[in-house]
Amino acid sequence: MAHPSGPYLGKDLLGLEELSAEQITAILDTAEPFKEISERPIKKTPVLRGKTIVNAFFENSTRTRISFEFAEKRLSADTVNFAAGGSSVSKGETLVDTARNLEAMRIDMVVIRHGASGAARFLGERIASNVVNAGDGRHEHPTQALLDILTLRDHFRRIAGLRVCIVGDVLHSRVARSNLWGLRKLGAEVGVCGPLTLLPRDVAEMGVTVFRRIEEAIEWADALNVLRLQLERMQAGFIPSLREYNRVFGVTSARLARAPRDVLIMHPGPMNRGVEIDSDVADGPHSVILQQVTNGVAVRMAVLYLLAGGAPEKAEAAKGGAE
Amino acid sequence: MDAPAVERTLERMAREVLEMAGGTEGLAIIGIHRRGVHLADRLAAAIARERGEEVPTGTLDITLYRDDLMTVGPRPVVGPSALPDGGIDERVVVIVDDVLYTGRTVRAALDELADFGRPRRTLLCVLVDRGGRELPIQPDVVGERVEVPAGGRVEVLVPELDGELGVEVLGGSRG
Repeated sequence: MAHPSGPYLGKDLLGLEELSAEQITAILDTAEPFKEISERPIKKTPVLRGKTIVNAFFENSTRTRISFEFAEKRLSADTVNFAAGGSSVSKGETLVDTARNLEAMRIDMVVIRHGASGAARFLGERIASNVVNAGDGRHEHPTQALLDILTLRDHFRRIAGLRVCIVGDVLHSRVARSNLWGLRKLGAEVGVCGPLTLLPRDVAEMGVTVFRRIEEAIEWADALNVLRLQLERMQAGFIPSLREYNRVFGVTSARLARAPRDVLIMHPGPMNRGVEIDSDVADGPHSVILQQVTNGVAVRMAVLYLLAGGAPEKAEAAKGGAE
Repeated sequence: MDAPAVERTLERMAREVLEMAGGTEGLAIIGIHRRGVHLADRLAAAIARERGEEVPTGTLDITLYRDDLMTVGPRPVVGPSALPDGGIDERVVVIVDDVLYTGRTVRAALDELADFGRPRRTLLCVLVDRGGRELPIQPDVVGERVEVPAGGRVEVLVPELDGELGVEVLGGSRG
């Protein structure tokens, strides 16, 4: 047999909190060959041919949905998109009823984005199809963190010992939460930097370094993951104004110029240019923001591929049986 | 087969490939993961010794094209597929594998190649043909034919993975 059997993901991908370092590494390793498929003239492999995947987005998202859709199509799956607006959800149908109806049409997987933390788990416990969490409330956004970590690994060739600082609204961010879990499991040092009103109160107790000033974070870090500042945070009184935020916490080329080393710049998008990140940084030589987008498709292909094969007992059977 | 016998066999296979392909013009040697890749390198080296010309090589991982993926489960580690610069369109592509058995690996390799382009001609070159085909697929160049009953095994050893070059037949007889 050509390849070793490794750790498997189980039925659902709900978050990085539940995964082991080996499982996370297995996803990243599996993503590597999938990068190459997107470079081919024919960007398709037949591996999920005949599988039906529903992208159920109860919350708006353009890039995550498109990234999943590309991943699914490049694996030859059949996909159906389902958005909350204009659907039966707006007529008062519950999440479970919606899912059961979809399942009655014999689907294989659901990719779910939902405003409520725990929605993906809730769904995964109630339907037989594989469930992939594409962001649930403030809980987790595992594929985003996986693509962030893959991008870091591409650049630094390692994760262990790397200093990564998450900048901005960590409190409300599922991207931050998933990154915290994933990076720490793989042995990175994690810092956070932002207004105290936007940092979780117990974050220091998790072994995370808290930076009050962006200058200190830049001096410390190998890489910054700059979060989008949701404009509604200002209305809710977490920050005084966007201009004030940019003046105190904005990632600017003037601040980066004083760093002792080149700092890699990441952003999960969509960016507020001139608020959390300046345009010349976002488009600068150390920005890997578009690389993140490219890696997103490969990581999602890897997750769908590993989930589709599913159960560990099948993998055991494969050990003996292959030609 | 010991190492010198494998080397001699590869030299002969190289001459047969050159004869069938009509020279090195447009020739590309593609190895199937994993042992086929190392055999492809050796075959390309034998061709280079024979003709004094380097022949482009590539690799193919057929994992995503297997027909039994959903019954045996996925392999987390999928190897890279890397084709020669300039692609395979209008080339004479030689697929190299260690052992030809059911033919399912070759079927998958042909499907994958078709996603990369359209070779002018595709040849199948295997070090050992052990019979037992489950698909209508036949090799063009064979190192050695061996009768192995179902349950028997053919192990091709390459120095890069196994520390030595050779072929071991377990539970079979030479045909």
